[in-house]
Amino acid sequence: MSHSATEQISSKQAWGGGAAPYNISWGKMMMWFFLVSDALTFSALLIYYGATRNANSQHWPDPDGVFNHFPGVEGHIPLLFVSLMTFILIMSSVTMVLAVDAGHRGDKKRVILWMVLTIVGGCMFLGSQAWEWTHFITGTPHGYQQPDGSHIYGATMIENEYGAKAFANLFFTITGFHGSHVFSGVLINVISLIMVIRGVFERRGHYEWIEKIGLYWHFVDLVWVFVFTFYYLI
Amino acid sequence: MSDMHTTHVDSHTKDHHDHVHGHDEHHVHKDSFITKYIFSQDHKMISKQFLITGMIMGFVGMMLSMFFRMQLGWPNQPNPILETFLGKWAPGGIMDPNFYLTAVTIHGTIIVFMVLTAGLSGTFSNLLIPLQCGARDMAAPFLNMLSYWFFFISSFLMLISLFVETGGASGGWVVYPPLSALPQAAPGSGLGMTLWLFSIVAFVVSVLLGGLNYITTVVNLRTKGMSMTKLPLTVWAFLITAILALMSFPVLLSAGLLLIFDRSLGTSFYLSDIFVSGQALEQTGGSPILFQHLFWFLGHPEVYIILIPSLGITSEVLSVNSRKPIFGYRAMIASLLAIAFLSFIVWGHHMYITGMNPFLGSVFVFTTLLIAIPSAIKAFNYITTLWRGNIRFTPGMLFAIGVVSLFITGGVTGLVLADSALDVNLHNTYFVVAHFHIVMGVASMFGTFAGVYHWFPRMFGRMMNNKLGYVHFWLTLVGAYGVFFPMHYIGLAGVPRRYYNYTSFEIFQGFADINQVISCFAFVGGSAQLIFFFNFIYSAIKGPRAPKNPWNSTTLEWTAPVEHLHGNWPGEIPTVHRWPYDYSLPGREEDFVTQDTPLTEEETKQLEDYKHP
Repeated sequence: MSHSATEQISSKQAWGGGAAPYNISWGKMMMWFFLVSDALTFSALLIYYGATRNANSQHWPDPDGVFNHFPGVEGHIPLLFVSLMTFILIMSSVTMVLAVDAGHRGDKKRVILWMVLTIVGGCMFLGSQAWEWTHFITGTPHGYQQPDGSHIYGATMIENEYGAKAFANLFFTITGFHGSHVFSGVLINVISLIMVIRGVFERRGHYEWIEKIGLYWHFVDLVWVFVFTFYYLI
Repeated sequence: MSDMHTTHVDSHTKDHHDHVHGHDEHHVHKDSFITKYIFSQDHKMISKQFLITGMIMGFVGMMLSMFFRMQLGWPNQPNPILETFLGKWAPGGIMDPNFYLTAVTIHGTIIVFMVLTAGLSGTFSNLLIPLQCGARDMAAPFLNMLSYWFFFISSFLMLISLFVETGGASGGWVVYPPLSALPQAAPGSGLGMTLWLFSIVAFVVSVLLGGLNYITTVVNLRTKGMSMTKLPLTVWAFLITAILALMSFPVLLSAGLLLIFDRSLGTSFYLSDIFVSGQALEQTGGSPILFQHLFWFLGHPEVYIILIPSLGITSEVLSVNSRKPIFGYRAMIASLLAIAFLSFIVWGHHMYITGMNPFLGSVFVFTTLLIAIPSAIKAFNYITTLWRGNIRFTPGMLFAIGVVSLFITGGVTGLVLADSALDVNLHNTYFVVAHFHIVMGVASMFGTFAGVYHWFPRMFGRMMNNKLGYVHFWLTLVGAYGVFFPMHYIGLAGVPRRYYNYTSFEIFQGFADINQVISCFAFVGGSAQLIFFFNFIYSAIKGPRAPKNPWNSTTLEWTAPVEHLHGNWPGEIPTVHRWPYDYSLPGREEDFVTQDTPLTEEETKQLEDYKHP
């Protein structure tokens, strides 16, 4: 479909059948529609987050006070670590763009290079997220003293020393759901990298597959921007 | 060209892709039993798989309704049938109250999801989208196969949930928390509920994979000349249905995910300030109302996911069997689009009495009432299509006319329920049960039957028996109206739904007789379905061979040979020259002109004159 799609056709002809109206192959279109669908999954979670936060606003912890550590550094450094995570993920999106671009040129070596860097970025993000979770789960040394005198240290699905329980519930759910997307993205990237190395796309004559997984990767990035904004910044 | 499309599937799907993308040669390759009947990637076989699985699930759903109608008609009277079928759930022939709740829950779930979503749009989208668009197969046959198998897993989980020791889910098909979130709240909220949730997760995956295929195939793989305004209304309906499904089911997935966490991880997404047998629960801060919002954001579009395919099938069957073009083709498309759009902004009308702000409620009243406009356009267009038509009363046609009747009857009560002031009285009464069963349940079921009778020759190459079809239709119609019409009255009298036994309340004792009448009609309607099952199986094996175009129809699926080919057309895919409703053109020998017939000189001239007057 892509070959015929490269020819310039008017919109009238395009929708007349026998052609791909959006000038893209069905595979890419499927990916787009999948992303629309997945966006609604995240929207549901984020809207739930908004409503719950509004209802629990009195006990809602300030993210600045929760995510305020940086590995190896002492002191109160709010949100620096998560900003670094965000930066890493966005950079991995940049390397993904470069891989797609190298694919357009059929430059196998560059595709491999940029794919490797994308995978590294993804793994670094996942690792950072693991650290962030550990930090959140461990909590502070002083903990939170409950009215009955007992202490809560850190946060789990059941309790949360920083404030509203829903904060911890939603943190694990939303970042976990996003993290599982990143994780499957990394897996797909690794499989694709192996396919690139084995010359599958070279034989096929094009690297459209890289473009498709690129779409997915950018989407996961974009979702993180929203999660970051809603969860950490606002 | 074709290799472009094999990018993400393994090599054994390559043949299909060649077919899909316009290669003329037909690959003759031997299918083993497994690749032909079980893990088939042929859209026609997948559609049969969807249909037959849907029918089996439909039978289970129907039997459950028979059981609870026995209980409602003759409460607490020992019934050997119940004891035989339900065993420990009906000790001494008296139904266990917990099983009653499970029965209504699983009946609803099976009919809504397994039968009228997968069984209806899974079957006919798969069969008709490639055949009516002129494609060799779906865009991604492999994903299409996965779509069926996820549906299979989902159906399987739903069925085994009926057999676990604590019983199946019993919180109603809407599974509102906290009842569904707390295993200690009811026996059915234990393992049965867990299985329910996993079944629905598999179902969402199935819908997603199917929907992606349907949309992409319609957008990208139409044959030459098949512009969007030359598509049969069936394909338009399936396209819009798939878009709705793709946008609403993910929200159910999120809602279900949070519910699973509440059940298994101790979170409090939907739970707050709850006491179970005097004990305060740990969970605080959640809101069960939020679940309702998320659920109905799926739930309302879901109603149209169920209804729209059967409206599309009705348009097609009515037009073919009236030997007339569908009245207002573009208005039909526009009204479908309008209904689809509105379906996303009306979910609050399920929640008027949850304590919602009355102002917000009145907004939902407004948007809900707006749906009456496109719906009325459709109803009038159906009637005007029938008007002065040369009507052939095939069984398919009877069921299509039945859809029109039910759509109007059920739609009128929808106007009543849409009004938040009236809904205060009617919420959760039998009036609601009557309304949605007629407009969504029975109407869509009739659409499914219309589709099965109409496209059976296309699916199995044989004709169904007409006489049995007529018996099936009349008994079903009488049964359906006999069941649901009286329910309006008892609903107006305030009888709530989902109660196990009404005779224990003095105020409702006067309705014992009418409940017996309803149950009798239900048994009539239920046994009529056995006639259908018999007709279906017998005709599939022994029915008379079907001609290529038994209904003298114009659409492309009837230009393909009766024998199923992988790739649908042996030679080139037909090119389309005209819209799908050229019936009874003046001055022609035959009263139909197929879509692949080129325009005559005169017609071309007329078209030119019309375009450039």
